Amino acid sequence: MEKERNITIDGREFRFSEGETILTVAKRNHIDIPTLCHLKGTTPTGACRICVVEVEGARTLMTSCTVPATVGMVVRSESPEVIRSRRMTIELMLTSGRHDDCLVCPSSGNCRLQELAFRYKVKGTTFEDTGVKYPMESVNPFILRDFSKCILCGRCVQACNEVQVNEAIDMGYRGSATKIITKGDVALKDSDCVFCGECVQVCPVAALVPKDARITPRLSEMKEVKTTCSYCGVGCQMNLHVKNNRVWQVTGCEESAPNYGSLCVKGRYGFDFIASDKRLTTPLIKENGTFREASWDEALTLTAKRLKEISDVQSDATGLLTSARITNEENYIAQKFARTVLKTNNVDHCARL
Amino acid sequence: MSKVRMQLMLCGGTGCHATGSKLFQKALDEELVNRGLSEEIKVIETGCNGFCAVGPVMLVQPEGIFYQKLSVDDIPELVEEHFLKGRPVPRLFFQEQKSKEKIPHIDDIPFFSNQVYRAMRNKGAIDPEVIDEYIARDGYFGSAKALNEMSSENIIDEMLTSGLRGRGGAGFPTGLKWKFANSSPGEEKYVLCNADEGDPGAFMDRSILESDPHVVLEGMTIAAKAIGATKGYIYCRTEYQLAIRRLNIAIAQAKEYGLLGENILGSGFNFDVEIYQGAGAFVCGEETALMRSIEGKRGMPRPRPPFPALKGLWDKPTILNNVESFANVPQIILQGGEWYASIGTEKSKGTKVFALSGDINNIGLVEVPMGLPLRTLIYDIGGGIPKKRKFKAVQLGGPSGGCVPEQHLDTVIDYEEIAKVGAIMGSGGAIVMDNRTCMVDMARFFMDFIQDESCGKCTPCREGTRRILEILERICEGKGVESDLKSLEELCEVTSSSALCGLGQTAANPVLSTMRFFMDEYKAHIFDKTCPAKTCQALLKFTVDPEKCKKCGLCFKACPADAITWKKKEVAVIDTDKCVKCMSCYDACAFDAID
Repeated sequence: MEKERNITIDGREFRFSEGETILTVAKRNHIDIPTLCHLKGTTPTGACRICVVEVEGARTLMTSCTVPATVGMVVRSESPEVIRSRRMTIELMLTSGRHDDCLVCPSSGNCRLQELAFRYKVKGTTFEDTGVKYPMESVNPFILRDFSKCILCGRCVQACNEVQVNEAIDMGYRGSATKIITKGDVALKDSDCVFCGECVQVCPVAALVPKDARITPRLSEMKEVKTTCSYCGVGCQMNLHVKNNRVWQVTGCEESAPNYGSLCVKGRYGFDFIASDKRLTTPLIKENGTFREASWDEALTLTAKRLKEISDVQSDATGLLTSARITNEENYIAQKFARTVLKTNNVDHCARL
Repeated sequence: MSKVRMQLMLCGGTGCHATGSKLFQKALDEELVNRGLSEEIKVIETGCNGFCAVGPVMLVQPEGIFYQKLSVDDIPELVEEHFLKGRPVPRLFFQEQKSKEKIPHIDDIPFFSNQVYRAMRNKGAIDPEVIDEYIARDGYFGSAKALNEMSSENIIDEMLTSGLRGRGGAGFPTGLKWKFANSSPGEEKYVLCNADEGDPGAFMDRSILESDPHVVLEGMTIAAKAIGATKGYIYCRTEYQLAIRRLNIAIAQAKEYGLLGENILGSGFNFDVEIYQGAGAFVCGEETALMRSIEGKRGMPRPRPPFPALKGLWDKPTILNNVESFANVPQIILQGGEWYASIGTEKSKGTKVFALSGDINNIGLVEVPMGLPLRTLIYDIGGGIPKKRKFKAVQLGGPSGGCVPEQHLDTVIDYEEIAKVGAIMGSGGAIVMDNRTCMVDMARFFMDFIQDESCGKCTPCREGTRRILEILERICEGKGVESDLKSLEELCEVTSSSALCGLGQTAANPVLSTMRFFMDEYKAHIFDKTCPAKTCQALLKFTVDPEKCKKCGLCFKACPADAITWKKKEVAVIDTDKCVKCMSCYDACAFDAID
């Protein structure tokens, strides 16, 4: 009979399957080991050292996100030694760069470092903060990189390299000069970055935020509305962050298929048309060279009438152009309409252009 | 074949190159040709001899006469007197520090006579660029035996019997490492050699590679057979150009002789070695970072487990051993594990190579048996401390190690014994410090090094070492406060217990060990605002003690900054505003009147 696989965490025994990390077992059993750099779906890097726990017999503290559970392992997740280490690590993070301005920080209320500081009651006053080492980068329309907020957890690197597999960023330089860089340390706009914003979504602090984050409401003060992205047929699930009947930010829904949090540049950043005053809000009919406003009924009736008149004379004088912004099913119906109603094979799609 | 009556083994290591052995060799060759002696006397450029302090050095064989500090001007006398007339030149002999006795024979020089050569058995004895010379000294006999007569298990058993432990510093049993890799499933496995030597003051690997490159290739081949690998890499730092050149020559020669490559010695076993040059990151000496670097990624450690024996280079089972470890392997296979284990202590067998440097007379490379007291290493082999100063401590293990002070000098060389006094065996760097070295400043130096070399991945190493360095700098500048001691201790402990890799976990060792043994110096800096060793410039203030001053004016003459006023029969006075704290007056005073 196979030996039972049991691990003891904080005095309680739990079963585990081979390959599971201490963190996975703890989480399943509602033991809250705090994490910071841990990013679901990527290889654990063990970089931040927040999730360290005491493992009996180990020479040093171990990161629960990387160490697999083994039979008979005895773990303490909140021993004085562990708490001392976590507090020091948080203190070191809070004093690297500039983290003393939560009042005016766009990520306040949605900041992992702030949460941890609160949980462990760390004020970030033991050392003098190191201030701004690298200037902020804002030379692109989408992402603001504030290096003075970066705690180098590496989540953005994992997101870029392992989730999006775009490999635009990595860690660069060494020691206290370490910085997240693109190839050759150029600005994002001159790099391999495609501005999918995956890195922004996973940034636990305010090092990577939407370009206008400092002048729009914070995430923590907005209402989330879950919806489906309308840009293409994939059907990515997204959260619109709404305040005062206006969409200010879009993030991917981490818990839902098909995208599990990922979005592309269009879905994440292409939403300013919603509140644009140039946006069409009613159908227009062209008469004598100028447009006039019309109702949907009137516009559709006119379209149907003209299409019928034209296709009755010569069906191939009509054609249908469809769009990637509708679903496959809708595209299917559209071509069916062209072939059976308009009786033409002139069907095309914007993705072919 | 003409009969060669005399062989001149001229050291061609990097140390002797720096002191002019290349020029000397050229001039000597010319002189021998001019005198018509070139057929009977041969000059052979060997690898590092080890006695770098007195380079360029040359050993005259078969007599065994050792010459030191040679220059081109010495050549006519050497040739005329010694090579022709048979009268060695005492002027160029080694001179014993205390007795001032001139010692002609290499075997009588304490620096050499106290050593036991195993990893370095061919140093200075062969031309590293000629494979036949290596073979003539039983070279490749070990791999021949391993490949044709032994199974992987036999090899591993022999290694386990030998008790050889990782010479890179951590001391993990080499045989056990190979055993794990051997039992890991997988068709493709790798043997890696770590030659990314980066500790300040350490040059063991470089010297071995320069003096005996084949021994490393042979050791790797045996390891490959033991674990079932067909490909190996030597990760060598790019600064070691001479070592890389000689390795490349050695690889080409070994392949030509069928000792490397396909179907080695007809055994059906294939093994190929490639050199990978590191780009200068200290952290790439850490095994997982080294593997990442070979993969073409940023040299950054990853958490273990999984250990490389299971998932290493390109996620295949891999072993990584240090140059010195591999250098020991061929003789272990040839002479047996028991032979190797016949010297040493209970848990540390064989020999260890050390690079002696710092405030010591005989700077150089030495190989000593395990179990030798550090005192013998420093005083008999190392020749003691120069300038009549006193020994203060020896830093073992470089920036990851700790210092061993005077009261623990009788500690024997043994992994566990050295660890007991708060240092580590390390890869072999031994930096000796005299009483003029400030231990706070020393800790600051190493922390500065570590802070520069931290890969920046984990928080305690990147930020923790930065804070430790800040505090140490503050203390050295005389701005330390009492609470700094507590902060230092806490930072050091947290960094040690929670950093990701060995670099971070050991980064605080120099601080912890100096705090353990030299707390009085830390306190003097913080509370008295003085630097007892007179190193920290900000804390120095020189005055003349009128009672001790003999009014001789030596200090006045020595001062380069015109800061001392003195007249005959008057006590000298130092103007502290003008003083540049160069210590010239302090050193010049024969009566200890300046403090």
